[in-house]
Amino acid sequence: MNDAIKIPAKPRLTTSAMIASLATEGQRTKPAPFGHALAELAETRRDIVGMTADLGKYTDLHIFAKAHPERYFQMGMAEQLLIMAAAGMAKEGFMPFATTYAVFAARRAYDFLCLAVAEENLNVKVVCALPGLTTGYGPSHQATDDLAIFRAMPNLTIVDPCDALDIEQAVPAIAAHNGPVYMRLLRGNVPLVLDEYNYKFELGKAKLLRDGGDALIISSGFMTMRALETADILRADSVDVGVLHVPTIKPLDEETIIREASRNGRMVIVAENHSVIGGLGEAVASLLMRSGVRPAAFHQIALPDAFLDAGALPTLHDRYGISAEMMSTRVKSWL
Amino acid sequence: MAVTPAMSAMPATPSYAAAMPFVPLSMVQLREMARINRVDCTNMYMAAGNGHFGSSFSCVEILTALYFSVMRVDPANPDWADRDRHIFSKGHAAPTLYSSLIRRGFMPAEWMHEFETEVGVKLMTHPSRRYQPGVDVSTGALGHGLSIGVGMALAGKMDRKDYRVFVLLGDGEINEGSVWEAAMSAAKYKLDNLVAIVDRNGLCVDGRAEDVMPMGPLKQRWEAFGWETFEVDGHDIPALLPLLDVLRNQGNAKPRMIIANTIKGKGVSFMEDVRGWHADVITPAQYACVVDELKEPLQ
Repeated sequence: MNDAIKIPAKPRLTTSAMIASLATEGQRTKPAPFGHALAELAETRRDIVGMTADLGKYTDLHIFAKAHPERYFQMGMAEQLLIMAAAGMAKEGFMPFATTYAVFAARRAYDFLCLAVAEENLNVKVVCALPGLTTGYGPSHQATDDLAIFRAMPNLTIVDPCDALDIEQAVPAIAAHNGPVYMRLLRGNVPLVLDEYNYKFELGKAKLLRDGGDALIISSGFMTMRALETADILRADSVDVGVLHVPTIKPLDEETIIREASRNGRMVIVAENHSVIGGLGEAVASLLMRSGVRPAAFHQIALPDAFLDAGALPTLHDRYGISAEMMSTRVKSWL
Repeated sequence: MAVTPAMSAMPATPSYAAAMPFVPLSMVQLREMARINRVDCTNMYMAAGNGHFGSSFSCVEILTALYFSVMRVDPANPDWADRDRHIFSKGHAAPTLYSSLIRRGFMPAEWMHEFETEVGVKLMTHPSRRYQPGVDVSTGALGHGLSIGVGMALAGKMDRKDYRVFVLLGDGEINEGSVWEAAMSAAKYKLDNLVAIVDRNGLCVDGRAEDVMPMGPLKQRWEAFGWETFEVDGHDIPALLPLLDVLRNQGNAKPRMIIANTIKGKGVSFMEDVRGWHADVITPAQYACVVDELKEPLQ
């Protein structure tokens, strides 16, 4: 990172900050939106089962487990089994929501998800906590590569929601979709921001949250929240930034992205909580090139192609340039 | 398509999805069906030019017992909700399964003539649920079947159905860690509707199974994982039948494991227990020898 950029002084953060939620102090949040949404949906959808690999508590599935104990299956620390037992359930007409951490689903259970689930297009929803840089535990728990890994898997739909509202609405939407889905999960006390933008999650649809004439940030996951914060920060400098939220990484809403990226010849910036390699940024770049869309400039805000450091999350977000302060500084430098 | 020597040697096949009620075959008929299965496999591999002879021949009697005596299935309704399920986890031996499904009436006999011969045929190297009626799970990547079987058996319990789930595993395949993840969970969830069979032919690609990765006393290992376990000669149909044909939901609350001791390449003298015949090319002269040796059922 650029050492010349001054990082504002912050209170010393302890280990607990490594696993703390993304919410900043005073931010509006909702607890365990995934767990509550799934438990509620399961009231009417009797085919839903919840499965986990000893991470029910840390994927908010414990809410579902308490509400529907007869439909909750604890498979132990065995991600291969988790995915394949879910496949077996799906073959028999159930709709499993299988939860673990993103690193384990993407790296450890890849072959099983690919061939036992995706190849037969089974109705398994894999919902994974700690996507990208949402833990300070270091590379063993930081799924900075999951989108790159999963985007190449045929039949798999990939969802990267931004906040509690997005998650709540995504749960019934992915349940209504017949086929395998990988959803990145924000867990615990999840920020609530999109309710102020007249927003509704639609599978496969990108949503323009705010318009702006100087630059367009195309973003997914919680980076949309950061993009909105960045737009607020830059407005004070009379810089007008638009934000296009892309919660479905695959299939990509090509029509909306092309339309927005074509307007006014403004700069396009893709912001994502993922390695600069193989995620939303490269997907959008490829789409624009293929479509003949030439924005004034194209930039990526993403995690570096590196195994990241361990530490407190706010510190890491500053270090790797995905905090709102760092983002706004970088966007300004590109204008 | 030209008639090849392989095709003309094929025994007559029943019509596709015969509407006649199924009567389990007698012991003599089962032995004959096992013989026909080996001939079918040989013909398919001859047409393809090569194949996994060893592991195909070692599991013939197990599949014959399942499809022609034990399993509750309906060829006219392959996805019948109350059918017994079979997961052919050792998917490399696909022709043995294809022969069973064709002879049982799930698929047209003509498909057998086209095994692996060109792009787009229905019978490919490994079983695929997408193209083949009667195949419950696509297999070929090893180490998947038992875990999927756990999910299907759990679903059967939740649905209060009395179907059984049979999973046939290779003994090399059980090196895979996923198999042992499944073993733990099947015991935890008391899946007495799950029957696993290990085709213990003792040979892997790279050598003796016990040299490639020692698995020790298998029966005790599975027992220690909480399974009810049995050991049997996997070519002995009379011995296999009572072990496979257990009562559904028998109530002892344990999954059942049958260690079937078999011989890789069983039935063809120059293939039996020979590592090279894991997968190999067959010459026309060798083909003639195999067909000649398979004139009589094995005793």
